[in-house]
Amino acid sequence: MTITDVKPTESEPGKARHGKNKRIDGTRRRGIALHVSLILGVLLSAFPFYWAVIMSTHSSTEIFSYPPKLLPGSHLGDNLSKLFDSIDFFGSMFNSLLVATTVTVLVLFFDSLAAFVFAKFSFPGRGVLFAMMMMIFMVPAQLQAIPQFVIMAKLGWIGSMTSLVVPAAANAFGIFWMRQYMKSAIHDELLDASKLDGASFMRQYWHVALPVVRPGLAFLGIFTFMGQWNDYAWPLIALTNPDNVTLQVALSQLNGVHGTTDYGMVMTGAVLALIPLLIVFAIGAKQIIADLGKGAIR
Amino acid sequence: MATVPLVEKPPAPAVEPPPANPKKSIRSYWRLYAAISPFYLLFLAFGLIPVGFSLYLSFHRWDGLGSMEYAGLSQYKYLLSDTDFWSSIGNTIIIWALATFPMIFLAMVTAVMLNSAVRFKKIYRFAYFLPNVTSVVAVAIIFGSVFSTNFGLVNALLQAVGLDQVAWLNTPWGIKVAIATLMTWQWTGYNAIIFLAGLQTIPGELYEAARVDGAGPIQTFFRITLPMMRPVLLFVLVISTVTGLQSFSEPQVLLQTTANESTFSGGPDHAGRTMVLYFFQQTFDNNDFGYGAAVAWGIFLVVVIFSIINWRLVQRRGED
Repeated sequence: MTITDVKPTESEPGKARHGKNKRIDGTRRRGIALHVSLILGVLLSAFPFYWAVIMSTHSSTEIFSYPPKLLPGSHLGDNLSKLFDSIDFFGSMFNSLLVATTVTVLVLFFDSLAAFVFAKFSFPGRGVLFAMMMMIFMVPAQLQAIPQFVIMAKLGWIGSMTSLVVPAAANAFGIFWMRQYMKSAIHDELLDASKLDGASFMRQYWHVALPVVRPGLAFLGIFTFMGQWNDYAWPLIALTNPDNVTLQVALSQLNGVHGTTDYGMVMTGAVLALIPLLIVFAIGAKQIIADLGKGAIR
Repeated sequence: MATVPLVEKPPAPAVEPPPANPKKSIRSYWRLYAAISPFYLLFLAFGLIPVGFSLYLSFHRWDGLGSMEYAGLSQYKYLLSDTDFWSSIGNTIIIWALATFPMIFLAMVTAVMLNSAVRFKKIYRFAYFLPNVTSVVAVAIIFGSVFSTNFGLVNALLQAVGLDQVAWLNTPWGIKVAIATLMTWQWTGYNAIIFLAGLQTIPGELYEAARVDGAGPIQTFFRITLPMMRPVLLFVLVISTVTGLQSFSEPQVLLQTTANESTFSGGPDHAGRTMVLYFFQQTFDNNDFGYGAAVAWGIFLVVVIFSIINWRLVQRRGED
């Protein structure tokens, strides 16, 4: 198994009559072909990012000329200063950061607390309440959009970040995810023991449950943060003051106004907006990728 | 028959040591109810009440400010004859199909390759997943430039090999292909990771047995891999359908610069106007909240019908 890149099961029996050396050659050649195709896929995945970075270093005259630019230019500074003149980039980035962080903290707390109850306690109405929660998965966002907008307008939240934070502060997916995790991760004996020691419900949650479900919380936290950071449709509607928006909405405004004239600057904005998210993803990638698969095959 | 009760009587559910005691008053559970209450309060205020309200609204005419006017079934009748709505269903389904089938095929191929590659597996997975974590807005802006008529990469490639250039974002099919390409790019890696997780649960003995029986790699794939992957395939298909049929951000950002009447109009000839874009246009541009609500229920129905079709297709293939 040291030299093979390909599962041994994939060798065809018809090839058995070839010499041994030839077969090893074939296996190795197939291994190389495999990695070449995989690398081609990686390049396709990465190329749009590369191109966006390249474009952010060129002026729009350069971008509009043929052939397309594939190497960095010298206009990054110009594009940056034009970008900061056109939109309140750091103000909107701060808004995004504020909303995403607040929502993540609230979701982690409310979802894990509710999940703890559903995973480890029984009480009247538990089955009905849980089934009700699963129903919300089926409700499409459009059905809620108009009434939400009307309710928020009545509350005076339209235009402020509150309209993004409050409805997102707890969700069915997170409760379901954490409940699955807690059912197996928290041992009943541990809870019984802590109860004998006179621990209250909140103490059990904080000192017994939370410490053992940290990996589950990490996934939920990163997932929630990225989802909030990238959220677009609802903020576009709810943030009615064009000077006080999240980053995605600001970026869309930039594209709408300058999208056909100053591509270099618009591209600079798109690239800058990706950086914080890429950092979060780089930190949590291992967890996300592993848990995503687990969630799907469960 | 006498044995049946014995078999059917399992011990009390092993979820929780002290089962709910009926004599205990409901009040003694107040901590538990308090702990789950935040979700249910939000669910009530921003989930359940809105859904009921949007049903009520769909039977009324309302511009969001003045007084509501009862309209009976007239808005649903209009919806059925609204050619704009039907064409938005057509656009959505075409874009969904152009994106989903290549995506599932490419994701499966990628997953099978990742499953056989021993080295660099983690790096590959990271790279393939990257497109999915980036925001649709940034990605749509980038793809707008990839498909630009004047300086886009795709047209530069076409020119380089001596083909005619295409005004991608100005022709009905070009628009749909551009949106579908964006979606395929963004979701192939994500689904490949899910398929890979599914592939890794298939026991190695099955492949061993197939090898002993003299099955080739293609036969093995269709006789073992694909049947074993059916549940995961169903999961991916259902998720892709539910999200794909509700696409909004991709066409909205991609086509907002070429839209003339509204940023929700879906580009020239409304060729990229999906169902949800049409919903936003009716509701928030035309301020027709009542009709918007009827459109939303129409979208809901289309999504439900498609989910059922998906489910039955995959189920039936399972019975063969």
